[in-house]
Amino acid sequence: MPSLGADMEAGTLVEWRVQPGAHVHRGDVMALVDTEKGIIDIESFEEGMVERLIVQPGARVPVGAILALFEGEPTKLAPPQSAARAQRVSPAARARAAQLGIDPQTLKGTGPQGVVTLQDIEQAPAGQGPPPSPAAGRAGIRNAIAVSMSRSKREIPHYYLQLTMDLRPALDWLEQFNASRPVPERLLLAALFNKATARAAAEKPGFNGYYGKAGFEAAKSVHLGVAIALRGGGLVAPAIHEADQKTLPVLMRELQDLVMRVRAGHMRSSEISSATITVTSLGDEGVDVVYPIIHPPQVAIVGFGSVVERPWAIDGRIEPRPLVSVTLAADHRVTDGRLGAQFLARIRDFLTRPEDL
Amino acid sequence: MSGSSAAVEPALGAQILALLVEIAPDVDPAAVRPAEDFRRQFDFDSMDVFSFATALHAKFGLDIPERDYRQLASLEKCAAYVAAKLGDRHAPPAALKS
Repeated sequence: MPSLGADMEAGTLVEWRVQPGAHVHRGDVMALVDTEKGIIDIESFEEGMVERLIVQPGARVPVGAILALFEGEPTKLAPPQSAARAQRVSPAARARAAQLGIDPQTLKGTGPQGVVTLQDIEQAPAGQGPPPSPAAGRAGIRNAIAVSMSRSKREIPHYYLQLTMDLRPALDWLEQFNASRPVPERLLLAALFNKATARAAAEKPGFNGYYGKAGFEAAKSVHLGVAIALRGGGLVAPAIHEADQKTLPVLMRELQDLVMRVRAGHMRSSEISSATITVTSLGDEGVDVVYPIIHPPQVAIVGFGSVVERPWAIDGRIEPRPLVSVTLAADHRVTDGRLGAQFLARIRDFLTRPEDL
Repeated sequence: MSGSSAAVEPALGAQILALLVEIAPDVDPAAVRPAEDFRRQFDFDSMDVFSFATALHAKFGLDIPERDYRQLASLEKCAAYVAAKLGDRHAPPAALKS
């Protein structure tokens, strides 16, 4: 059972997509697993013949448990750590776990010698038990958001900056680009926002990476998390890998594919936990500004509000211009406002010259 | 808020509904109210509208300019738009009439 995010402790196997004897390649979908973030397609880490399926659909197993065996991997027949080894649990944690209906054996302890602490229980996702119904899945997503955002507000000293940008150049360029192309090759403004943010993140490593036990570690690539709202509530932010390196058309196609798959409940395991910085856009909802919350262990998130036509002073005159308010929430343990201001200014620079994106 | 003239032609309506479910698999086709905007019914955002236009383009071979996207806003509007576009294509070009 792979870990699909820092908050994940266990997952429920929903369905096998392979049978013993099947030959799978790296990246092939092997199974569907239900997590607090919804149902995820689990991709194979390796190539080979499936010899045996160990876990049955409906079973909830902890992160690290062996789900299946590949042929010719006898070493894996003996699990490195017996799954049956009992987890040590502090008494207070045990009592609280009973109250909440959580099985502490499914948790990874963070106390001395791996003891499950009261805090581990408090932070544990609830809702363990029988395989979930769609409604339970929705509650699971709400719970995953609660766990992650509570941790963020508790641990991350956020600072916020906001910059209003004139989008006239970007919108003019976009209109011209789209006018000469058939529907499938057109771009949405979101693709420009994502690319501009990804490129700014590549230039300013203090906003792109993870804050772990050893402090901040900048990521080598920009894996851009994109917040996607689910119809009827809930939100997930899977990653577009190496977004700064991709052309706008490629980025647009990947974004479109991702949105559809997420809403259909088909995220891939490689997308769900790898984001190094996140973008959230509430432009379609008509709000001026979004004050986003960092998704731990990331250290920054960029929010785009609606594009609205407003008076704007330019060269001593007042003109109507399409404006957008862009917000940065960043981790003060890693960067300061001055660097944050430079980061936002880079996003503006890129959006001012969209032809160079 | 009906006001819309024609009922949706059933075969065309079914084709459009199939496309809708393809791009938004979390929408229940049986629950679609033909006169109501997709945005209101299903929280459609700009990406949904774009994907819908892409699917219509692929299915019917229509060129749909961006300024026409708003005419795809509900099942009724969309069916009327597609029917009109297909009709245009089948009609002989004006220049050939004499």
